[in-house]
Amino acid sequence: MRKLIIWLPVLSIILAIVVEVMMGNGGKHATTKQPYFLYLLAGLFIIFTTITITSYFNAKAKLWLKERDLFLAATFLFLNVLNIITKKLGLLPVIYFPSLDKIISVIVEDRTFLAICLASSGKLLFTGYFFGAIAGFATGIAVGFSNAASYWINPLIRVLGPIPATAWIPIVLISFPTSFSASAFLIALAVWFPTTVMTSSGILNVQNAYFEVSSTLGAKKYYQIFKVGVPASMPHMFIGLFNGTCASFITLMTAEMLGVKNGIGWYINWQKEMMAYANVYAGLIIIAVTFSILITLLFKVRDHVLVWQKGVIKW
Amino acid sequence: MVGEIKIAGVVKRFPQQDAPDVIALSGINLTIKAGEFVSLIGPSGCGKSTLLRLIAGLNGADEGKLYVDDEEIREPSYERGLVFQNPMLFPWLNIHDNVAFGLKARGIYKQKKTEVDKFIELVGLATFQKSYPHQLSGGMAQRASLARALVNHPKVLLLDEPLGALDAFTRMNMQDELIRIWQERQTTMIMVTHDVDEAIYLSDRVIVMTPRPAKIESCIEVKLSRPRARSNPEFLAMRSKILKILNFAGNEKEPTYYL
Repeated sequence: MRKLIIWLPVLSIILAIVVEVMMGNGGKHATTKQPYFLYLLAGLFIIFTTITITSYFNAKAKLWLKERDLFLAATFLFLNVLNIITKKLGLLPVIYFPSLDKIISVIVEDRTFLAICLASSGKLLFTGYFFGAIAGFATGIAVGFSNAASYWINPLIRVLGPIPATAWIPIVLISFPTSFSASAFLIALAVWFPTTVMTSSGILNVQNAYFEVSSTLGAKKYYQIFKVGVPASMPHMFIGLFNGTCASFITLMTAEMLGVKNGIGWYINWQKEMMAYANVYAGLIIIAVTFSILITLLFKVRDHVLVWQKGVIKW
Repeated sequence: MVGEIKIAGVVKRFPQQDAPDVIALSGINLTIKAGEFVSLIGPSGCGKSTLLRLIAGLNGADEGKLYVDDEEIREPSYERGLVFQNPMLFPWLNIHDNVAFGLKARGIYKQKKTEVDKFIELVGLATFQKSYPHQLSGGMAQRASLARALVNHPKVLLLDEPLGALDAFTRMNMQDELIRIWQERQTTMIMVTHDVDEAIYLSDRVIVMTPRPAKIESCIEVKLSRPRARSNPEFLAMRSKILKILNFAGNEKEPTYYL
């Protein structure tokens, strides 16, 4: 039985190919220049056949496949079903549910323009994220260590923090010189709040004994802040950064859909108004892939920095 | 020799809400000679840990003064190393960096790099330099925290129940280790403990403290040659003497029958 299950992803792909080739196109979907869905399936077929065969003599491949064989098979089956109910049978409104061929064709044929949009979004996201995270660490550390800072800044955090960054759009867009700086500010604001809160609470939760020990070892105040307080609260800081990352994605998309005149969020909104839903889906797929890569990267950085507490906390 | 501690009329109160202050120390006078090994023993609430924290400089006295080599203690210093019951190693640093912490904090790590390896070796953790604290056993972590305090060459080493969390065998090993380090380094050692045997086994002098009011009840010189045997009759006599002072000798009732 086990032997058969590892072949399920490949079988599922073959099934999709058979349906795609043998079944007639019932819906009124426009044909694309190339049979892109078939290309995709062929590519997947080659990849997964290779992996499955490799798994017979490579323990790593075997484990990788064993952990996700059923999920992969189900995913390919889902693509197959999607293909059947759109292009093959035309069960769903053609305009809102374009064929997979059409969506892939947008990604392939519009790739230069999509890349420009993605780059512009990326620039905006990183600018805002960078300044927001730096400001968040700075205020978090200040509030965590200084009573005066805590007295003056805490009320500000409590009042301004919970306001979603996107609620500032009407004011921010008119008070900044460019829509880029306005959106970068909003993203920074969205990242700043969770980073500040988690950093300061992380510092306040550091056991006092660590500071006491370090003072009997000869550490002065600033050394204690940066060599004891900061590393000890690093796990909290990463949770803040993670929350900030999610908030920054939301803010980026909203800002682009409302004000900024380029970027992937703007692209989706623009294509929606043109009723080009294949392009909307293409944009969504690109966002999903990019954001999930970014989150994975953040996880990798965290695993590297927090190697000392591996297995202690999990997200 | 350096590391003489003088405690003159020290009073420490802890203010309470809606209640009279708790007097943690009431008029303590004590002189500890340079290079002496002294144990503070007594039940909970007798102020022994408070006294240790005052010597470390982590808290200030309400009345009276404390001196190291005639210099008043005002704040913590690397010259008075402290080891807690919980090793309190920095979990984000490996053993090497934990031990190097004091030298780095004082900005002299570059000149004294070799000291780190020397002290890690002294406590027998040479093969664990790159390990993180969570990978060590309790005894190993406590040895690492000893090395971390010793690397600064403190005049005085303050030990707050350093072996309290260890199992009996590890504990006896660590006691011998402490004696070895003390004999080698000639540091003044002040140790808080709950364990009468441990206090007699290690110290030149056992300071017995009693609570309410927290004060020094008596100082007992341990004039036994080292290495000491725990079953030596004089050792046992001293043990019952201390227990009697602490009122743990038991009622001297006539047994109901003899075997």
